Amino acid sequence: MVTTDRIATKQEKAEDDGNGPVVAVEDLHKSFGSQKVLNGIGLTVSRSETLAVLGRSGTGKSVLLKLIIGLQKPDSGSIRIHGRDIAGLALDQIGEIRKKIGFLFQRGALYDSLTVGQNVAFPLQHHTKEMSRSERAGRVRELLAEVGMEGDTEKMPSDISGGMQKRVGLARALALEPDILLLDEPTAGLDPISAGEIDDLVLRLEEEHHMASIVVTHDLHSAKAIADRLILLHEGNVVIEGTFEELQKSDDEFVKAFVRQSWEDICRERRV
Amino acid sequence: MSPTVSSSKNPINEFFEWFGDLGIFFWQVMRAAVTPPFEFRELFRQLDEIGSKSLPLVAAAGAAIGVVLSLETRHSLIRFGAKSMLPTAIVFSVVHEMGPIVTGLIVSGRVGAGIGAELASMKVTEQIDAIEASAVNPYRLLAATRILACILMLPLLTLTADFCALMMGWVSQALAEPISLYKFINDGFRGANFNDLLPPTLKTAMFGLIIGLIACFQGMRTRGGAGGVGRAAMNSVVLSSLFVILGNVVLVKLIIIFFP
Repeated sequence: MVTTDRIATKQEKAEDDGNGPVVAVEDLHKSFGSQKVLNGIGLTVSRSETLAVLGRSGTGKSVLLKLIIGLQKPDSGSIRIHGRDIAGLALDQIGEIRKKIGFLFQRGALYDSLTVGQNVAFPLQHHTKEMSRSERAGRVRELLAEVGMEGDTEKMPSDISGGMQKRVGLARALALEPDILLLDEPTAGLDPISAGEIDDLVLRLEEEHHMASIVVTHDLHSAKAIADRLILLHEGNVVIEGTFEELQKSDDEFVKAFVRQSWEDICRERRV
Repeated sequence: MSPTVSSSKNPINEFFEWFGDLGIFFWQVMRAAVTPPFEFRELFRQLDEIGSKSLPLVAAAGAAIGVVLSLETRHSLIRFGAKSMLPTAIVFSVVHEMGPIVTGLIVSGRVGAGIGAELASMKVTEQIDAIEASAVNPYRLLAATRILACILMLPLLTLTADFCALMMGWVSQALAEPISLYKFINDGFRGANFNDLLPPTLKTAMFGLIIGLIACFQGMRTRGGAGGVGRAAMNSVVLSSLFVILGNVVLVKLIIIFFP
């Protein structure tokens, strides 16, 4: 038992020193009632690396992200962020870890009673007490400029398009300069041009900020554009893990069907 | 903030589960409320939202109660030859019971529905998850501030309702039979003491706790889309009104015991 603890402590230290993966998920299980969503999956993501999590709708991709940021509790398994297992942490203890994680929600999840600028300022107001009001306003302008929304500070979320909401969500996710970026379907519901713009933006931000990123998507085109590695989920398990080329060359029937169907969907969208 | 999964659809189980979940929610809010950082800005915003914006409605309801009490009581007292007791009857009815309970019910309608719908809408659009993902405790920011604002504002709104009811009670009586405000107040409060005014007014702080707690709880546990938001708003009003009325029974008994 003592030896195991020592090994675990060494592993935590290595991960915290930046030598190991920034995010490490092991043997993760999650069920809702009798429905098993995740059935012992594992993954790792290192600094400056982008992992795309692919899969059909309802395979637990978004649940995986919510487990990583602690919005939901796993049934079993471990989730290490910078070497620290967050699975058993209480709400207050997990706060410090969450400050290192930026999360872009599927539908933006902007606070509809606040303006675009106030949305981006929200994490800063709560976690950067040492910042003056003018410094905070400057940082908000900087973040909005980074996502191409500098002229929309005073607009309400209901007055901007879905693509713009995602840009603002991304600016808010970057406000505390996170080490980890979690993106939940960043291009879902967008037209191909807006989706391409979001992909370019994500790619640029990831290159500039050197974050470890996990992108949940069912858009193979987007995954190819922004990810270094991909994993494909099916029935709660990882079916394949590798580069886009490895995914294309796979002999697995499900992988082949998923890739074929995804490309057909993309071609159909482009024809439309 | 993970959703509670009901183990069974048995209504009895669901009934006890609801109380269990409410107890856990109350504990989480209490713990968040007493630990820093404190959300003063949001608290002041809620004091304005719950207090100032409910004021006209509560004042109007209080005024209407004063008129009705004056008309009804006058008619009854004349039949029993006790017309001179009219100011006392109005003052004691308003201060002891009508002011507090009417304020509780008006606020549970306006504020209960508002909080329930607002938080439910935030829940289904993942805004509450976004708050939590930003390392901000939603129990502290959303629930504790609203519940505390309800607790602080209910007694003040009750005093407003009492004042409007007494003023309109006097106007109504003066129109039927001239009486000065001084005499009306003097006769009305003759024999009244601390126990007649303070405990009934302060019991509305408990109404505030009930309204805020139930509305926040119903809002923050919502599931589903627009239907879920509608159900949360409706349940917030129905349950908070019901618990205000039931809680009033217990509180009146306690006041009679401890402030005879």
